[in-house]
Formats: sequence, structure tokens, C-alpha cells
Amino acid sequence: MMRIIVSLICGTLFGAGLYISGMIDPQKVLGFLDIWAIADGGWDPSLAFVMGGGLVVAVPIFQFAKSRSDAVCGGGMDLPSNKNVTTKLIVGGLMFGTGWGLVGYCPGPALSALAFGQMDTIIFVATMLVGMAGARALRLNS
Amino acid sequence: MENFTPVSALLGGGLIGLASGLYLLLNGRIAGISGIVGGLLSSSKGSTSAFERLAFVIGLIAGPLVLMTGTSIEAQSVVTSALPVIVIAGLLVGVGTTIGSGCTSGHGICGLSRFSLRSLVATLSFMAAGFVTVLVTRHLIGGA
Repeated sequence: MMRIIVSLICGTLFGAGLYISGMIDPQKVLGFLDIWAIADGGWDPSLAFVMGGGLVVAVPIFQFAKSRSDAVCGGGMDLPSNKNVTTKLIVGGLMFGTGWGLVGYCPGPALSALAFGQMDTIIFVATMLVGMAGARALRLNS
Repeated sequence: MENFTPVSALLGGGLIGLASGLYLLLNGRIAGISGIVGGLLSSSKGSTSAFERLAFVIGLIAGPLVLMTGTSIEAQSVVTSALPVIVIAGLLVGVGTTIGSGCTSGHGICGLSRFSLRSLVATLSFMAAGFVTVLVTRHLIGGA
């Protein structure tokens, strides 16, 4: 039960962070990905500051957590063990980045933006879930 | 750079980092959104219960709902792409994050925070693809 409450709280903090940072808006994300607008002063570096702010807080907590053998709420630390840089990793990243650049949604902001109840967001999330389920059904994960 | 919002970006980013750090410290799990959601769509049993995954997703939606109804902080989520583009993008994000084992949160925040080389390569890959895609849609063919 405690683990479920922690999940709910962490999800809520995460969603609040996406909302406050403006990353819930695809136009903010596209404004960052448009590095080609640097020359004419139209670039929006906000996303880099979101990543920076996130890393400043997360790095010390992660480094401390890594030194522990178990989680505070019990159970082990479920950290990825795969250390191999594979073609799949890069191809998957390139596919994801292409979709991200087309609309401006990555998985977190797309889900959080469901709070606005817009049809475009619902359609994006639905097709994203279809893609995830399909790729898993074909065992393309792992 | 009239759209640049450094203060809210740092504050919001800090909250995202806090959420990710607490999730690992307390539950021992990586707060990768594509992994959390993807695990709900798979028949194979993972080590994280479906209730935990669902609670995180509910929180993702509840966070913005609380702020938009309970505070004066405003935000929007503007999609300008045409319907076929939205569908293709959704599929690419879904399949790509599954093949590539993560997204902006799992690789970009969590992976980099534990100094993972895999996550650094993944982050550079999706960033590069994002830059090139926007170059094509906004500057080469003009407006998607």
C-alpha cells in the first residue's frame, strides 16, 4: 500500500513539474528543438533548464540511492543492468526523437496534458499506447 | 528569445528531479514514463505491480489538474499538427521508446543521474532526431 501511495505522490510531483516548467506544452518543446532559430533569436532554451534543474536535484539523490542495497519502502533497487550500447537503443532513440519533433509530445507531457481534455492529446496518447503495445507484442523491447 | 522562461523551467525541472529521485529512493524504481506505462500493456509480469504503475499515471494527470484548479498558475498544451501527423508521431514515440528502452524521463533524467552511458547515447539520439525533424518541418518544408 505504501508503495502505491509513493507512486501516486511521485507521479503528482512529476506532473506538477511538467505543468510549471511549461513542458506540458508541445510548443515550448518545439521551441527548444528549433535550434535552427538561434541565429534570428527565436530559440527557446527552457527545456535545457528543465533538464538542468532536474539533474541538479536528481543526481545527488540517485548517487545516494545507488549506494543502498534496498529501497526505503522495501524490495531491491531495480536498476537497469544492461550496459551495452546497441543498434536497437540508437534506432529506438531516433524513432522516438522523430515523433517527438513532429508534434512536441514525449510520453510524460502527453499523459499529463490529458488533464486539458483535448482530442488531439487523446489521439496522440492512444496511438502512442498502440505503438508501445504493438512493439511489446512483437518482443521488440528487452 | 521572448518565450524563454528560465525560472519556471528550473523550478518545474527541480520538481521532476525530486519526483524521480524519491521514486528510486523510496520504491527502488526508475521513473521512466514510457517504461511505467508500457508495463501496463504487456502480458509478461514485471517486478512492479500494475497498481503502482497506474497510481503514477493518475498522479501525472492529477498534478496539472490540481494546479490548474487550485492555483493561479496557468499553462496550455497546444497541438498544431494535422491529424495524420499526430497519429504517425504517436506511433513513432510508442514504438521508439519501447525499442530504445526509454524516453526523456527514463534516459534523460534518471539515466543521466546514474551516469549511464546507454542513457547518454539514447538522449543524444532522440535529441538529434528531434532537432533534424524540426529543421525539416519548420524550415525546409515549412509548417507541419
